Amino acid sequence: MELKRRTFLDSLLSVGFVSTAVAVLYPVWRYVIPPANAEPATDSIVAGKASEFAKNSGAVMKFGTKPAILVRMPDGDFRAFTAVCTHLECTVQYKPETSQIWCACHNGMYDLAGNVVSGPPPRPLDAFKVNLRGEPGQEEVVISRT
Amino acid sequence: MRPPAVTQQVLAWLDERLDLSGLRAFIAEKSVPRHRHSVWYYMGGITLFLVGVQVATGILLLLYYRPSAAEAYESVQFIVSQVEFGWLIRNLHSWSANLLILMAFVHLFSTFFLRAYRKPRELTWVTGVLLLFIMMGFGFSGYLLPWNELAFFATKVGTGIAGAVPVAGDFMVRFLRGGDEVTGATLTRFYGIHVAILPAITTVLLGVHLLLIQRQGMSVPPSIEKRAKAGEKIREEPFFPNYVLHDVMWWYVALAVLAALALFLPWELGKKADAFAPVPAGIRPEWYFLAMFQTLKLIPSHVFGLEGEMLGVMGFNIAAVLLLLVPFIDRRPADSGQSRVLTAAGILAVTYLVVFTIYGYYAA
Repeated sequence: MELKRRTFLDSLLSVGFVSTAVAVLYPVWRYVIPPANAEPATDSIVAGKASEFAKNSGAVMKFGTKPAILVRMPDGDFRAFTAVCTHLECTVQYKPETSQIWCACHNGMYDLAGNVVSGPPPRPLDAFKVNLRGEPGQEEVVISRT
Repeated sequence: MRPPAVTQQVLAWLDERLDLSGLRAFIAEKSVPRHRHSVWYYMGGITLFLVGVQVATGILLLLYYRPSAAEAYESVQFIVSQVEFGWLIRNLHSWSANLLILMAFVHLFSTFFLRAYRKPRELTWVTGVLLLFIMMGFGFSGYLLPWNELAFFATKVGTGIAGAVPVAGDFMVRFLRGGDEVTGATLTRFYGIHVAILPAITTVLLGVHLLLIQRQGMSVPPSIEKRAKAGEKIREEPFFPNYVLHDVMWWYVALAVLAALALFLPWELGKKADAFAPVPAGIRPEWYFLAMFQTLKLIPSHVFGLEGEMLGVMGFNIAAVLLLLVPFIDRRPADSGQSRVLTAAGILAVTYLVVFTIYGYYAA
């Protein structure tokens, strides 16, 4: 096939335009992808004084970028879990009447070991480790990743 | 250039439904005069290209920018340090803004000296001058958005100048600042002005400006208009593809300059604004306000019993109005010669702007 001057120049021009488009669109594409979170991962938090939490109650608090739930059981022991329901990521709450963890979105129920009792959640809640630190009567509640 | 088969099919599909024959005829017939001054025609095109760059990079910056006193500086820091190519997008936006104003001035003065504003193109001139003012408004409002020290104090001084306007001064200062002082409220306000109000006005003015140019065609300088009237044929080139490709070639030149500046001269972010810190030494506005800034510095505090600053501000306002009214001051027909007074005024204006900008840059 004979290559005409015009065809050659036309293709050269097209290559130029396409290259420009690629050179512009590549950085734009990389730019719109959100960068990995620059915040460092949290490993533990101090929830507060043990005496601040009544028996048979629960409190939702910030653990890194996500909520955690600290439960003081009727017998006075502490348990902590991610407060993110495994169904559709709603934040769960403590239900003192039944001593269960409840998700209000789709009525998911967890027991105080984090296991699913009823409702749609597919998996148990991830548990955190709870330690008490300090003088007796003045202990702080420390929640940490297991 | 013949479009590829797919494009032809798409065009045929559209044509069947929308009847594009009018548009096609317009593109096929449109031509642009070609003469020894036609290089100035491309200055408007470059300005338009830079407006496009501003819109695109501005939208991208919106994805990460947070308009509050607590987060603005940090979000810009995040853009330039954490987001991939964020530094490039921000540098392009800052540099393109400056080139845009420069090109708008070049476009304005070339139009002025070629007498392209004469009848019937008065409205093109008026919309163009208004667009220049809007672009300066973009520059002023955008300068504050990174919420750094220099921008903070420049905005304090800049908005304070509005206070020199008689009667309405105090109201204008409060109106611009969104309060008595430059605070987070000012930032939010400037943000709204920068990303919504000014773009909306620009869309309308630019639409009218371009429509008028399409409708009336390119103006030719008086000397060539005279030759055309005498029966001489003026050389022309087809708008598509010849003129468009020339335009694109200039856009590539602008892009190359812009990319080089953005790569090799990154725009500094500086220190975060602190209302209780002393004003840093060497504070001055963006270069396109330097001539005015320097003039205000030179005017004595009182002239003939009037406040010097007020006199200066009123002077700038009068100059702005005169600039808008140029086509109504010089009402000669398009093919008549130059008006000596106006040419002298133009040369004086360019000289003043250049000299005072340089003076303002180097003055302590």
